[in-house]
Amino acid sequence: MHLNPKPLSWMLSAIILSSASYALAETAEEKGLAIAQQTKERDQGWSDMQAQMTMVLRNSQGQESVREIRLKSLEQEADGDKSLSIFDKPLDVKGTAFLSFSHPVGADDQWLYLPALKRVKRIASRNKSGPFMGSEFAYEDLTSFEVEKYTYKYLRDEPCGSEQCSVVEQYPVDKYSGYTRRVTWIDQSENRLHKIEFYDRKGSPLKTLTYVDYKQYLGKHWRADIMKMVNHQTRKDTDLIWSEYRFKEGLKNADFNKNSLKRAR
Amino acid sequence: MPLLRSINFLHGIKLSSMGLILAFASQVNANVEFEASGKATAELRLFPESPQFSHQYQNANVSLAIEPDLFWQWNDGLDSLSFKSFLRLDQHDDERTHADIRELIWIHQGDDWELRSGIGKVFWGVTEFQHLVDVINQSDSIEDIDGEDKLGQPMINLSLVKDWGIVDLYILPGFREQTFPGKKGRLRSGLVVDTDQAQYEATNDERHTDLAVRWSHSIGDFDIGTHWFRGTNRDPILQAGLKGSETVLIPYYEQMNQFGLDLQATIDSWLWKAETIWRNTDSSTYWAAQAGFEYTFYGIQESNTDLGVLLEYGWDQRGKKATAVFQNDISIGARLALNDTASTEMLAGIIYDLDYESTSFQVEFSRRLGDKWKISLDGRFFSPENDDKLLSSFDKDNHIQIGVERYF
Repeated sequence: MHLNPKPLSWMLSAIILSSASYALAETAEEKGLAIAQQTKERDQGWSDMQAQMTMVLRNSQGQESVREIRLKSLEQEADGDKSLSIFDKPLDVKGTAFLSFSHPVGADDQWLYLPALKRVKRIASRNKSGPFMGSEFAYEDLTSFEVEKYTYKYLRDEPCGSEQCSVVEQYPVDKYSGYTRRVTWIDQSENRLHKIEFYDRKGSPLKTLTYVDYKQYLGKHWRADIMKMVNHQTRKDTDLIWSEYRFKEGLKNADFNKNSLKRAR
Repeated sequence: MPLLRSINFLHGIKLSSMGLILAFASQVNANVEFEASGKATAELRLFPESPQFSHQYQNANVSLAIEPDLFWQWNDGLDSLSFKSFLRLDQHDDERTHADIRELIWIHQGDDWELRSGIGKVFWGVTEFQHLVDVINQSDSIEDIDGEDKLGQPMINLSLVKDWGIVDLYILPGFREQTFPGKKGRLRSGLVVDTDQAQYEATNDERHTDLAVRWSHSIGDFDIGTHWFRGTNRDPILQAGLKGSETVLIPYYEQMNQFGLDLQATIDSWLWKAETIWRNTDSSTYWAAQAGFEYTFYGIQESNTDLGVLLEYGWDQRGKKATAVFQNDISIGARLALNDTASTEMLAGIIYDLDYESTSFQVEFSRRLGDKWKISLDGRFFSPENDDKLLSSFDKDNHIQIGVERYF
């Protein structure tokens, strides 16, 4: 018998080729997840961060009210971040402080310090969808981004300003989220968020968040100076203005416990 | 002269520790951060009914209070000094016109420890209607009947942060007497309490040094705390006595040992809470407990409004003989938060006494006005039954209270 190896090798290379093209044609879900993972990975290694937040709340008549909060957070290796928020304004909540240990999966651990009573209160973290200090930001809009908190679907590429963005839909895993989905615009050069559109529990458009004026810190970490949230249903909006960003100042776990919560001011 | 008396008291006891703090303050480098803030409150109480006891004021009372808060920080924030004073002027009640140093405390922060020295305030516990385990500070009960207002307590508190929890050690030099309404005040017992004649079991009276230790920790969904306290009982025994020819109540402060435990489980929208104490004095040894839950409905009817419902039960082994309000009482409460820009909130609570079938009802409403003002409206209603001596003295004291606070 004459064995002709040629068709066999042709067949093999055909299989290899087809599987290669199969790998290239990742699903929209896989591509969305890959972008989220890349976004998280590219920002890793910030260790600790401190910043000043000013919130300007505007109602539909344009009346403004201001919130001032100082924020400290600590990156965790295999868990969500730890954070401590200290409220400066409005003055009646001055000295109130909030400690949170976030977890990628499951409920976060949260404590609130009430300075008038000197009382530390463990609070339920189930309230993700509620408004943060009467603003258009919900608690879940301000917690650290963890890949496990959503499932993903890549939609398309499109220009966003001078950049090219990937448009990815994110579906919250947590059943208590106030959203059915978020549509995110992430630029392809630096994985920065440019815009998020939020859809409420009924699937209707609820809010749009726009990121303005990115700055790079430590040659790596991109942070927006302003985050503008507009609520389309109530016609209210909130500007979240970030300033005095400081990274890697040596914050430790000891700066994030009940004693540091009581001391915060 | 209650105003002068409290100042004299603080002057006497705290001069030494003030000197200590000033000595430290003078050593600091030039890099001291200073901040001043505070609030002023105007309050109007309206009583629809005429008073039950003679000398009590009639239907309305105006009162003003101011609480400046001064704060210094140095050594990169590792050292701080907080000075919070309090002054109230009351239209009718001389005893309620009073001053206090709520806080004058130097805090030094080490790596895994913290030392707090001076006059301070400490809160222990988890429940809402009664604070059984919270024994460090004396109640400034002339401020309000809810027991939330406290007098500053001289202390040295070393706090140690360990992997297995936080340990707090307290030395408490000097004792603060409970405040009581004067002759003209409403919301008092039939006989006036004469604090000038206060008596003590301790031979050195109010200069007895108390000791306490507390361990607290968070383990997963659970927050747990346990403490031991040895020293002057904050709750006096009131004994009939004479002031001239007038019958009055004279407070008698025993020594006590107290062991206590507090526990909260935070699971989903549920907060399960329990506090228990074992207290031993010359006159009695008993257990008491307060336990219950709080459940919150978040974003009711697709709005931003949260509704919390609370249920707690309070028990005291001494039963009807107890001088405590919560000897066999069920408390039901509701907390409504609109989560709006003005932080509009409403609280309502009913306490029902299973022994006497008495009821007291309380409702509180508050919201912010602009950035610096806050207004509140409170109502309190009492219906004592069946010889309930504690509550029957409030029989004619249903009232509403309008409050305006200005922050600066």
